[in-house]
Amino acid sequence: MTFPAQFEFLDEIREFVAQIAREGGFNEKEIYSLQLAADEAATNIIEHAYKGVSDADFDVACDMRGDTLVITMRDTGRPFNPSNIKRPNLTADLSERKIGGLGLYLMRKLMDEVHYVSSPITGNLLTMTKRRG
Amino acid sequence: MEVTTQEFKHCDLIKVTGRVDSSTAPAFSKALDKANENGHFKIAIDMSELEYMSSAGFRALLASQRNCKRYNRGELVLVAVPVRIREALELAGFTELFKTFDDPITAVGSF
Repeated sequence: MTFPAQFEFLDEIREFVAQIAREGGFNEKEIYSLQLAADEAATNIIEHAYKGVSDADFDVACDMRGDTLVITMRDTGRPFNPSNIKRPNLTADLSERKIGGLGLYLMRKLMDEVHYVSSPITGNLLTMTKRRG
Repeated sequence: MEVTTQEFKHCDLIKVTGRVDSSTAPAFSKALDKANENGHFKIAIDMSELEYMSSAGFRALLASQRNCKRYNRGELVLVAVPVRIREALELAGFTELFKTFDDPITAVGSF
């Protein structure tokens, strides 16, 4: 499925993921986690990879492989290197809390695996997996 | 998403319903800012009919909490946080930054 790189389509992306997860036998708690991880991933693409680009789009695929849901997102925006993203300090005081990096952190917590590959030719490819149960 | 603000003598009760994500968080932030602009820094957020909140919503809460607590002039508290949203807030390490209440009456009464 191709989605425009606009926040207005996050609802559709979450619904798309939820439908396949529901058919794949995931429970409601897991489905919420999958939706949140997909939302955070798509938000990062729209906000960072396509920053300042108005008519971009990106591909989202979502498939069951055995008892595991595999979500992939491919964009052709600016290259993304997750090691450049600092881990948020979750115990800092209110005044010192940084608000960046939280999306990626949540994705890693919610999913079993989060993997990015960035290539100048094919763009950014994100693969996230979560096993049922 | 819908946001409604009810002004009480000692605090504002802001009810947010539906889904808060990067698309709707700006409108949520605006409602929080508006309370602050009116000089109201004691805020209870009623989440009882909130279905979903991404980190975009967490950021809005964090920014507002900072603003409310400045100069000890107030605080933002959360009310009736649905279980899924509570779990996500916990993952993000946000639960210790906000007092939580089970119902609006207790929250409003705490100010």
